Amino acid sequence: MLLGVLLLILYLLSTLCAALTGNGAAAGAAVTEGAGQAVRFCLELTGAICLWSGVMELLERAGAAEVLSRLLRPLLGRLFPRSSSNREVLSALSENVSANLLGLGNAATPAGIRAARGMARLAGAGDELCLLVVINTASIQLLPTTIASVRSAAGASAAFDILPAVWLSSLLSVCAGLSAAALLRRLWPCGG
Amino acid sequence: MRGLTDLAAPLLICCALLAAACRGVDVYDALVAGARKGLAVMGDVLPALLALFPALWLLRASGLPELLGTILGPFFRLLGIPPETSLLMLLRPVSGSAALAAASELIGRFGADSLVGRTAAVMIGSSETTLYVTAVYFTAAGVKNSRWAVPAALCADLACFLSSAWICRLLWG
Repeated sequence: MLLGVLLLILYLLSTLCAALTGNGAAAGAAVTEGAGQAVRFCLELTGAICLWSGVMELLERAGAAEVLSRLLRPLLGRLFPRSSSNREVLSALSENVSANLLGLGNAATPAGIRAARGMARLAGAGDELCLLVVINTASIQLLPTTIASVRSAAGASAAFDILPAVWLSSLLSVCAGLSAAALLRRLWPCGG
Repeated sequence: MRGLTDLAAPLLICCALLAAACRGVDVYDALVAGARKGLAVMGDVLPALLALFPALWLLRASGLPELLGTILGPFFRLLGIPPETSLLMLLRPVSGSAALAAASELIGRFGADSLVGRTAAVMIGSSETTLYVTAVYFTAAGVKNSRWAVPAALCADLACFLSSAWICRLLWG
C-alpha cells in the first residue's frame, strides 16, 4: 500500500517535471526502456542468484545454523534475560538470529515468528519483543549474496570485496539500534 | 587481503561443499535444490522489477534528480552521503525489491566498482526492509502496539546509511 503511494508520487512528479523541463521525448521512451531493462537485468542476475542459493542450501543441510545458534546462546541470554528463561523461546530466538547471520531468509522468519509469539505470551508487547524486532530489522548478514550477485552481473572486479564494509556497517547499525532501544524503553510507558 | 577477496567466491563454495560433505550431505542434490529455490525467488523478483524499473527510468529521464540534486545536494554532501542514493534510502525500509531495483539501477549506471555503486551495495547489504519486518512480527505475535520498535529500528537504518557512506568513502573514495 505504502509502496503504491510512493510509486504514484514518483510517476506524477517525474511526468510533471519532464513536461516542465522539456524532457518529454526522453521520458516517453524511458518507460518502455525500463521495462525491457527489468527483463535483461533479471536474466543476468538469475545465474548468480541460483548459484548462491545452492551454496546456502549446502550450508543449511550441513547444519551450519545449529552450530552457530549454540555459539550465540550465551550472548542472547544476556540481551533477552526474561525470554531466555524459557527454553523454547530461547531456541527459536537463537535459530532466528543464526539463520539471519547466514542469510537463510526461509529459515529465519518462521523461527523469528515462533520467538515473537512466545515473547508475546510471556510479556505482551514487552521490551524484549521490541528488541527482537529491532535486531531483525538491523540486518546482520555475514554473506550478502543477493547484492553481490547484482554486482557481479554489473561486471564488478571482485563482487565480494564489499564484505568488510558491509560487516562494519551492519555492526554499527545493530549497535545504534541497541542504543536507541536502551534509551527509548525508558521513555515509552510499558503497555500491554 | 587482495587475493583473499579475489578468491572469496570459490573459497566460500569450497568451504560450504566441505562442510556439507563431512556431514554426509549429497552436495550435488543440495546445489540443484538451491538453484531451484533461486529460480523461484527470481520468479517473484521479475514482476516487482517490471513494475518498478519503468518508474525509475522515467524518473532518471525527467530531469527531476538534477533539480533535487541542486537543492538537496549541499545537505547530502555535508553528511557525506552521495545524493544519488536518496531514493534508495527512502525505499529501503518499505520494500526489499524496490530498494534492490533502485540499487541495481545505480550500480548499472555508475558501475559496480564506482563509489556510488559500492555505497548502494553496502547500504543494501547491511540493512533490512524495516517496516515490512516489523509488520510481519507484530502481526504474527498478535500485538497491536509496537511501542518503540519502529523508531529504534529506523535509528538503526539511519546509522546504517551514514556508516555505509562514510566507510565506502574512506575505503574507495
